[in-house]
Order: sequence, then C-alpha cells, then structure tokens
Amino acid sequence: MTEQQKNTLPVTETRLERKKEPFDPGYFLRKNVVPIFFLVLCIIGGYYSGLSLPFLANEIITRMARNSFLVISLIIPILAGMGLNFGIVLGAMAGQFAYVVTVNWEMAGLSGFLMTCILSVPLAIVFGWLTGRLFNRAKGKEMISGIILGFFANGLYQLVCLFFMGRIIPIRVPSMLLSTGVGLRNTLDIKAMHYALDNIWKVRIKIPGFVFPIMIPMATIAVIVVLCLFIRFIVKTKLGQEFRAVGQDRHIAEVAGIKVDRVRIIAIIFSTVLAGLGQVIFLQNLGNINTYGSHVQVGTFAVAAILIGGASVKKATISQALLGTLLFHTLFIVSPLAGKNLVGDAMIGEYFRVFVTYGVIGIALALHAWQSLQQRKTVTVEAASEPVSGGGK
Amino acid sequence: MVVARLEMRGISKEYFGNKVLKSVNLSVAPGEIHALVGENGAGKSTLMNILFGMPVIRNTGGFEGKVFIDGKAVDITSPEEAMAHGIGMVHQEFMLLPGFTVTENIKLNREITRPNFASRFFGEKLETLDFYRMREDAKKALRRMELDLDEMLPVAGLPVGFMQFVEIARELDKETLNLLILDEPTAVLTESEAETLLQVMKRLSSQGISILFITHRLNEVLQVADNITVLRDGEVVAELESRKATVDQLAELMVGRKIEVTSRSERHSTENVKPVLSIRDLHVDMPGESVHGVSLDVMKGEILGIGGLAGHGKIGIANGIMGLFPSRGSVYMDGKEVRLNSPISALNSGMAFVSEDRRGTGLLLEESIELNIAVQAMQSQDKFLKKIILLRIADMKAIREHAQKMIKELDIRCTGPDQLTRRLSGGNQQKVCIAKALTLEPSILFVSEPTRGIDVGAKKIVLDLLVRLNQELGVTIVMTSSELAELRSICDRIAIIYKGRLEGILPIDASDRDFGLLMAGELSYHRKEAS
Repeated sequence: MTEQQKNTLPVTETRLERKKEPFDPGYFLRKNVVPIFFLVLCIIGGYYSGLSLPFLANEIITRMARNSFLVISLIIPILAGMGLNFGIVLGAMAGQFAYVVTVNWEMAGLSGFLMTCILSVPLAIVFGWLTGRLFNRAKGKEMISGIILGFFANGLYQLVCLFFMGRIIPIRVPSMLLSTGVGLRNTLDIKAMHYALDNIWKVRIKIPGFVFPIMIPMATIAVIVVLCLFIRFIVKTKLGQEFRAVGQDRHIAEVAGIKVDRVRIIAIIFSTVLAGLGQVIFLQNLGNINTYGSHVQVGTFAVAAILIGGASVKKATISQALLGTLLFHTLFIVSPLAGKNLVGDAMIGEYFRVFVTYGVIGIALALHAWQSLQQRKTVTVEAASEPVSGGGK
Repeated sequence: MVVARLEMRGISKEYFGNKVLKSVNLSVAPGEIHALVGENGAGKSTLMNILFGMPVIRNTGGFEGKVFIDGKAVDITSPEEAMAHGIGMVHQEFMLLPGFTVTENIKLNREITRPNFASRFFGEKLETLDFYRMREDAKKALRRMELDLDEMLPVAGLPVGFMQFVEIARELDKETLNLLILDEPTAVLTESEAETLLQVMKRLSSQGISILFITHRLNEVLQVADNITVLRDGEVVAELESRKATVDQLAELMVGRKIEVTSRSERHSTENVKPVLSIRDLHVDMPGESVHGVSLDVMKGEILGIGGLAGHGKIGIANGIMGLFPSRGSVYMDGKEVRLNSPISALNSGMAFVSEDRRGTGLLLEESIELNIAVQAMQSQDKFLKKIILLRIADMKAIREHAQKMIKELDIRCTGPDQLTRRLSGGNQQKVCIAKALTLEPSILFVSEPTRGIDVGAKKIVLDLLVRLNQELGVTIVMTSSELAELRSICDRIAIIYKGRLEGILPIDASDRDFGLLMAGELSYHRKEAS
C-alpha cells in the first residue's frame, strides 16, 4: 500500500473521540425530571409543615440511617436487568425470623444484634435462591412476579408465625407468644437490642436555641458507607461485569458464554441478603417488631424511594438510592403536617402520604416510559429521514 | 503448494428431505480473501453454519463431507470448538452490548482480572477487572486494523461501520484466530464505511489471516477477493479467480437458472393504460425492510412484480401502504390520496393485502376458515352483519355460504368451513388468506411472498390462482417475492428494489445479467462512478 493511499483512508478523516458535552440546562432538567419534581414538592411541603429545621434534620438523619440499606439492596438486580426487586420482602422476613431466634435465646446488646445479622444471612440466601429460580421462569416479568411472590410469602410467613410458633417450633420466652401459647404476639419487643448498632458511636450537635441536639448515628452511617463501597467493588469485579452484561442483553451475554440463569440467581441472592441485613438494622433502630406488618411494605417503600431518586427500571446508582431515600422520607415527614396546615384537615395529609408511597411508583414509571418514548421517536425520525447512500441519483 | 488453511470437501446437507447443499467443495489458502456469492437461499449461510459448528446443523441431522483445517481433518461440533481451531465469525446481526465501551465489548466474558482480598475467599468471580490491561489488548486489536478508534467509547453512539470493526476486533483479540468469516459485512454499511472495511480486510490478509466473506455486492468482490466461489441452489456453479472475473459474469452465474414460465395466454401491455395506483416518495420504517423513497406506478389490470434481495425493503412497500408499519410519502388510488398509517383507509380505498407473515398477520389460527375469510370484510365493509335493534350481529348463515363458495372456487382442501386454520397445510392456509382478501372485492391486491414455506406443487397452484384472478376478475396484482423465477413466470413487469429505493423496472424477458446487476445495486454504483 502506498503512502498516498494510506492518507486517504476514510477512517482517519472521521476519528472518533470522547467529547465533553457542553452543559445544557434543558437536557439536565429533562434527564432529572423525577428527582427535581419531588425536590420541589419537598420544599413546598417543608415550608408549609411549619417544622423547625433542626427537628426536620434530626428526623431525616434517623430515617436515612434506618432505611438506606434496604434501598441500596435494590441496585444489583436492576444492574442485572431484573427490574425493581419487590422480592426483598422475603429478605425482610429472613431478618425478622432471625430476630425471633435471638429474642428466644434472650440475647441482648451488640452481640445479640450481630448474631441476628449472622442468622439472617443463610435464611436470606435460601429465600433469594428460590426467588431467583422463580424469576428465571418469569423472565421479563420479574417485577409483577416479585409483588405476587411477596403476597404469597406473607401467607406462609403468617402460617409459620401464627400456627407453628409455640406448637411445632418451641418458644422459650412466654412473653413472645399469645396468651393461648400458640402463635407470636402482634408486637415483638426487642428492647434488649434497641439502638445496638446506633449507640456504638453517636455524635450530638447542639444547635443554639433548640432543646434537642441533632443526633448522628455514626456507626450506622459507617455501615452504610461500607455497603456503598462494597457495591462499587462488586460492580468492578468479573461478577459485576457479568451482571451488567446480562442486564443489557441476555441473548448476547449467553452467546458470549455467560451462564445467564446463574448470574441472575446470584443477583437476587445478593439483593435478598442485603435486604435481610437492612431489615435487621431497621428494626434495631425501632426497638420493636410489628410481627405481621413490619415486612409488608418494605418492598413498596424501598422501590418508591429509589424511583424518586431518579433511578429507572433499567438503571440505578448508589447516589440515586441515597438521594431517593432522602427525598422520600422528607416527603413522608412533612406531607401530613403540610396537608393539615394548608387545608386544615389532617386527613388530606394522610391521603397525601399514601399517595406518595404508591403514586410515586406510578408517576416515576410513567415519566420513565415517557422519556424512553421520546428517545425512540427521535431515533426513528432521524433514521427515516436519513437517506441511505449508494442508492444513486 | 501451500497447505490450505481451510478445505471443505463434498459437503452435502439436507433439511427435512430438502437438499440445500449438494457436494460443495471450498478451499481457502492462508492469507487469502475468498468470496462466497449467491442469491438468498443458495446455501451460503448453511455452509458457514456447518463450518462454525452451529447447533442447528447437528439438530437437523448433521451433514455429509469432510472439513480440513491446515490439512488435518476436523470434526467441529460447536462454536467453541470452531474458535479453538482458530475460526472467528462475525454474524450479520451485531453481538454487541450498546451500553458497554468498545473495550468491554471486545473483552466480553474474556475479561482480564487480578486477584484481590475477596477473591481469595469467594473464588475468581470476585477478582477485580484489570481495565488497564484490557484497554491495552483492545488497542492492540484495533491497531492491527490500523483503526483510530477510542477504545473507551460506548458502543451505543458509534456509526454502524465502527460496530462492525469492534466485532472484528473482538475476533482478532482471540490469539489463535487465523480464519475470519464475515457474513454480509457490508450489507448495512454506507459506501465509505464499506470502503474502509475492504481496506481493513486487505490489511488483515497481509498479516496472514484468511478471510471468507459472504456478500451480494459484486463490485466489492472484484475489489478485494483473491478467489470467488459462486453458489446457486446448493451447488458450486463456478470457482473463479477474481482477476479474470467480471461483474456481468458473476451476476449471470448468480441468478441464471432455467425458468419454467407458466402458460399465460396473454400479457398485458402497459402502454396507453393509466396508472391505478401511484406511489410517490414512500418511506416505510419496517425493521429490517425499511423503504427510503420509492416512487412507482401500478397500471390497471397488470401483475406487477417487486423483487430484490432480502433486507432491501421490497416487503416494506406493501406493508407500508397497507398501514402496518409507520410510513410517510403519498399514495394515490385512482387520483385520490390514500391516508397512510391507517389500515382501515387503505382497505376502504379498495386495496387488499395477503401478508408474507401468513401465520402471524394473515390468519387467526385458532379460528375457523369461514371466520377467517369473513372477518376483514365484517370489520371494514360491514358485510355479513345483520342488525338486531341496536346491535350488529354476525350473520353466520351468509358467512357459511360465502365460505363454501370460496372453498369450492379456490379449491381449499379442508374438512369443512369450520375447520381451524391452524390445521391446514401451508398452501391451503395461503388460499384462505387469498380468499379473505378477495372477499373485500379489491381493485388492487398486494401479495407478499405468496409461496414462502409452501411445497412445490402448491406453489404452482397459488401462482395459477393469482393469474386467474387477474385474468378473470380483472384484479390488479402487486406481488412481492424473493424468487425471481416466480416473478418472471407470472408478472408483466418487475420492479427491483435495492437499499430501500427503486433500482429499476425490467420486462420479464430481460436477461439474467440485467436482473443480477439490478439486485446487486451495480447500476447505481456505476451511475455514481459516471456522474
């Protein structure tokens, strides 16, 4: 090949490089429409709620520490293309079963809490494995399968807690059981492990002019930071690469030799185990378990939170999960009060709270669908208006 | 004499009693670029599937003949084995993950990793990706093609041509590669992209890699290939050195075949007849068969054929006019404009459509023959309905009578009008589709691939039926087909579509060479050269 020929290669003319896009405010708004919408709601709600800023900050910090873990547990299945894992309800159940065991053993304090964490893991692995196998038979319909699975699992959970505990499964501590001696009470007291994690290290910030200082549970936050680092680590491993490959296109991943079904099950196990640990952390902060209720809405709340943060069914990041938890719980705190102050009726605030949890999922999903529709439209219009070369004149 | 990198001897393959390859021989020397040309269905893909050990071959009873690599007989039973023998294949559809970078795609599932704390306990799946070394490898593969492409770009935004290069780079990155198979690599590329690809192919062959490529574009073949094998109907009809071959010769070899013209007493002359349907600048967004600005007149009473190779948009035309895929442009029926993107207005203006997707679009498989025949007329023309107060109810008696008439006239072999269409043979299903379209009493009938998936005997019956409709009922017919011979046997004129545009219209007695040239887009290529 002569020098001249080399110079005329079309490729060198069209060298492709990564370019820095200039900042486009319109694009930024469209891209982050969901979190911005809810941020505005939070600010309006916060203004009308009449709550003092330190009080609000305190509440938000508590709830962030309590819930972030659960929300983050949703990220890996999204990466693996399985959508929002409503099946984390099963993880929460695993956490609660673990508490039943440690309370029954009359364990207390940090050691009791750690034991609960350890016990929840094998249970969550089994639940996650079963969930993953189910999802592999319902590819593309993981979300609805997950919701229904949650209902079904709740039925089994009630069976075990109401009829087996005390009858088939021996319970040593009588105060856990109903007066008949069979079945767990509605509320399970875990005072012995209350704040077990939070109390390791707390920072108090005194705000002049307010009675209560802002409390920051540093130990819990440290655990959440470690979890975030762990997720980042996983993404950068071979396994993480497989999650992402499967998430983008199952068929291509399969052709490349990745064992798709196995990878999907592993993703769900990760999620379920993290949700189990998340529920254990959540409950140590509350100090008691609503035996038949604590787990029910775990899935819905976590999903709502991550969606508000701007995540979609196909894409989620740690910062979206954290931002979403922040916005969701701020709205959760301020909306009833704001509603009461605005309309003079506490019911409207309560209504708004319900709307927030369920409506949010709908709105976020609809906004996401709208976004991808817009994208698809522009692509097809471009493709249709672009003539194919070689057709001649 | 050098030992051939690849030699295939006496390869024969049957699919369910249908011989698709008949004792094919093929030989590729080290560093040779060998082109495999042929029409759709000539057996090129089957030959490549055999070579690459695709499971479909084994599942359908294996093949006869022997494959030698570097002089040694090998038995390739899976794509993994083919790769182990140094064979790499770039498929027509891209196997790339759009959200991954070029590097990640090149190294997909062959990532370089390094151990870390966690992997010591949980196994190598938790080893960290070594992006630095992966990038080095990707760069090396790209550099072998002398491509200046940033290896950290996401694939999603790349031009199609570059995606092709990423695919090739992935094969190059496999250390053992010495035979690269490219399946119609230039089909989706623009002219300049194709040009670059050909340069890359030459470079690779100078590095000692043999390349076997399948294509329809004949000028490209002459440009890069050392040797050419022409397949037709599963047989090697010619082995040529490209130095000595010409485009005309290849076109003739590719298409040429004996054509049995069904007796058509008279053909219509298209002169002095006014067009009944005028298509102007039609664009159709049908995946895989998109149309980019076709203008065409259909004369009253004629049978117009639309031909061309698969994927060039011939099927998109009828689908677009009938409103089944998003389209724009204008269509005039007897001078009146027909609204596009609306199946009902297409039907109301007197057009009917027999879809190429018989079992999907064409029939309600779980319903009876009679209902299938009547359903479209009930929906669009309020036929077979009786009014009872405010409700409109299907007139089962009228439907039954009509279906029986159709069954008799079209000779649909069935147990009765209430038989489910699922249980009919392909040919009879096609007749039900035609009966359904006729029930609308159309003035123009679009027929797409009417003989696809039908056995030889039934083919003739369907074609004869179309001729009868045209002659006895005066229906204007627009027939789309991949089989040129079929078009030539019944049509008056044949329009050839290439890359979504009208390449030319030929009378049926034009030479094989002319048809071949139009289908391969050679004419527009030469026009461009001239201008």
